[in-house]
Amino acid sequence: MRRRADDELWVPSVILETGVRAVFSTIVVFSLYLLFAGHNRPGGGFVGGLTAGAAFVLVYAAYGPEGLRQVVRAPPEALLGVGLLLAGGTGVAALLVGADFLTSGAVDVDLPLFGHVKLTSALVFDTGVYAIVVGLVRMVLSTLGAEPSR
Amino acid sequence: MLFALLGLHAVLAASAAPLQRRLGRGVFLVAALAPLSTVAYAAARAGEVLAGRAVTETLAWAPQLGLEATLRLDAFALLMVALVSGIGVCVFVYAAGYFSADAPKLGTFAATLTAFSGAMLGLVLADNLVLLYVFWELTTIASYLLIGYDDRRADARSAALQALLTTTAGGLAMLAGFVLIGEAAGTYALSGIIAAPPSGTTAAVGLALICVGAFAKSAQVPLHTWLPAAMAAPTPVSAYLHSATMVKAGVYLIARLAPAFAVSVAWWRPAVVGVGVATMLVGGYRALRQHDLKLLLAFGTVSQLGFLIALFGAGTPAATFAGAALLLAHGLFKAALFMVVGIVDHSAHTRDLRRLHGLARGLPAAFAVAAIAGASMAGLPPLLGFISKEAAYEAFLHGDLGGLALPGLIGVVAGSVLTFAYTARFLHGGFGVKRAGDDLVGPDVSRPSPGLLGAPALLAAVTVVAGVAPVLVDDLVNRAAAALEPGWTPEPLALWHGFTPALAASLLTIALGAALWLAREPVERLQAALAAPLGADQAYDATVAGTLRGANAVTGVVQPGSLPLYLGVILLVAVLLPLSGLLGTTTPEPPPFAANALQAVIGAVIVVAACATVVARRRFTAVLFVGAAGFGVAAMFVIQGAPDVALTQLLIETLSLILFVLVLRFLPDRFARNRLRGQRAVRAAIALAVGLFVSAFALVAAAARTAPKVSGEFLSRSYAEADGANVVNVILVDFRGLDTLGEITVLLVAALGIAGLVRVGHLEDRRARRFHDDASASATLGGRGTAEEAP
Repeated sequence: MRRRADDELWVPSVILETGVRAVFSTIVVFSLYLLFAGHNRPGGGFVGGLTAGAAFVLVYAAYGPEGLRQVVRAPPEALLGVGLLLAGGTGVAALLVGADFLTSGAVDVDLPLFGHVKLTSALVFDTGVYAIVVGLVRMVLSTLGAEPSR
Repeated sequence: MLFALLGLHAVLAASAAPLQRRLGRGVFLVAALAPLSTVAYAAARAGEVLAGRAVTETLAWAPQLGLEATLRLDAFALLMVALVSGIGVCVFVYAAGYFSADAPKLGTFAATLTAFSGAMLGLVLADNLVLLYVFWELTTIASYLLIGYDDRRADARSAALQALLTTTAGGLAMLAGFVLIGEAAGTYALSGIIAAPPSGTTAAVGLALICVGAFAKSAQVPLHTWLPAAMAAPTPVSAYLHSATMVKAGVYLIARLAPAFAVSVAWWRPAVVGVGVATMLVGGYRALRQHDLKLLLAFGTVSQLGFLIALFGAGTPAATFAGAALLLAHGLFKAALFMVVGIVDHSAHTRDLRRLHGLARGLPAAFAVAAIAGASMAGLPPLLGFISKEAAYEAFLHGDLGGLALPGLIGVVAGSVLTFAYTARFLHGGFGVKRAGDDLVGPDVSRPSPGLLGAPALLAAVTVVAGVAPVLVDDLVNRAAAALEPGWTPEPLALWHGFTPALAASLLTIALGAALWLAREPVERLQAALAAPLGADQAYDATVAGTLRGANAVTGVVQPGSLPLYLGVILLVAVLLPLSGLLGTTTPEPPPFAANALQAVIGAVIVVAACATVVARRRFTAVLFVGAAGFGVAAMFVIQGAPDVALTQLLIETLSLILFVLVLRFLPDRFARNRLRGQRAVRAAIALAVGLFVSAFALVAAAARTAPKVSGEFLSRSYAEADGANVVNVILVDFRGLDTLGEITVLLVAALGIAGLVRVGHLEDRRARRFHDDASASATLGGRGTAEEAP
């Protein structure tokens, strides 16, 4: 996360930069927690995506558009596309195994460290929603915020 | 297998562009495999189909709607397939020689031509009206792309658009007609409808709409103007489009429907035969005036299509038989003639028949082909065109057409006289010796490559062989007629029927046609004096211009560009429409303001923030107060024990606050004070109405439940069936997963659209600013800035 000189009219703030640096990773990890825990506890792809979006807004506020671009390299359109592909793909996958569109399925697995985990197809669907929400926030920032203020 | 053939067309169309990069023009020969396989398959099954056993294949399409994709190859479809794919092979081979190796967009063109061929094949095979419509419009789209191939030419673009608009408008009418007929008949299967034709007003209206679609597609008066304009297409396309595809679609549909409806629907015969004969005369008359060989042929096609529609529209067994014969003859000679025009154009670099001179000597092979095909078109023995014209006369002379027989006969004889005359004009104009002039071209022109001559020569050879030995096509034509009209007793095609009235009519046709051609100079002067007797072109232009003007006027009224007006209309509609439903309901008891002290405090905060928003002078302040109210609502959710909703509300509030801040930079700091008292009052009234209505609606809606709550069932099934303990999330991703999928799709599309608009706005801003900067820079630097930038 480095600021670039060509972000004209961008007033840097050391306090903001340091603060964001401290909380950014935590917020992103929390958003992932919300995504994964969402099926059984408060959370979910939508809320998780919004939380991650908030983290990117903070980056944008502290480091400007160029800083944000360095954190998330993927263009927002790609995030939106991947998200819709994941969500729609979950539905199509159900068709492929002979079930109705969007029927959910679950697999029980035992993972080291995590213990017993139930992986549901809904998680893939939710990941799609997460990606779309992050892509949307990213898109809002890059379209409405792209121009330096006048 | 029929589906596989359609699939082969699709596959070759999809791979044409990459193939073209490796093979160049050879891609046309590879693509020709699709129609070639179709011809081979049709030939293999011909014995069985001609014996009356149609090949039928069915795929489930949308079984829930009772829709099946059925393809049916009966004897008439076999005749159409022979034309579509047989001539298709010739066109592909011809195209491989026609285009120069460095012609632009050749891959796309080959792909479109293959798709066009496949769509037409599907059209003549489809036994389901909905499937037929799909293929019908596919041919329209493909023809649009083919006609507009040379998109740098304005006339090609406008011709493509005209073809698209005319045939799609007709196609939409036809779709409505299909629905009416399908509902009246209780089936959408073409064979079923013809076997048990529906009657009554619904069926009659549906039939009329279908006729409009067929007439637009087959260029019948007054919807014919797109076809002559479409000669802006490359010659292989014209050859294909005029002979075997596209325009034959309308003829095909009329031919299918006529035997079922010609007698039972009173208006059918006079209307369809009348339109056909009128088109035959108009096309022939206009063809006599043309100087461009290709345009002459195009009007000739209009004329011949009128002839076909008149024959098939009559719907008697004999007329149907004559129509089937003419269909085959016309496909063969018209494709050959267009290909010859392409050769002349390549060699002489002009198609103006006033300038072409002595090409019969310069291009002997092309002339031979043109002479044979032209003689068939004019109806001279011993060619297929003569046989089919004799059969047509016979049908009007001895058919049971009642009062329509004599006017019909006079019409088609007059049309054939014109046909003879314009054929003579074509052959003399294209290949004859002219009186000396300044800019004559020929007879010494470059010889065409043998590759170009092969296809038209083959078509001309078939025309001769089928004329001299009609027994070869006898079965095909007879069985095709019998497939349409079970009452037809097969009768051999023959050159000589003895001294019959039909022969007399043929001799009269030739005599009058020759006279008309010999008197061509006075006739041309007369036509010039009667300039533009039929305003169909102007009518098309006026319709298009009128539609645009009308759309402009409507847009001006409903989109004045005032944001307050838009918001006002939207909000008022949102209040007034549901209000009508709300009026009859009983008013529920308003609940208490708060259930406990905490709710009271938060409620008070929300109310204060909302009031403060309204009176705030600065935009930024107002936005902050809106945010405060939103956070208050989130807190309310927390106390009510809805963590998911609260979390979402909190995040949305935060993000929308930031969104507001980003947008606020572009707006003035303070709200403009509206000085008009009346306007302020109106806005306040609308705002109050919306607020009151939403509150009342929420109360009534909450109390209006009649069915049991679903929440209990959702809770009990959440973990058992969807493996999730958080029911809110399970509803979103599982129980109502389809809704969520729909919502994120809408969200995504809207976001892409809005982002596009904002970016365009930025771009224009930047352009304007750069212009401004340049101007001021050159002003301060005394013009040095511009001097540096000058090349």
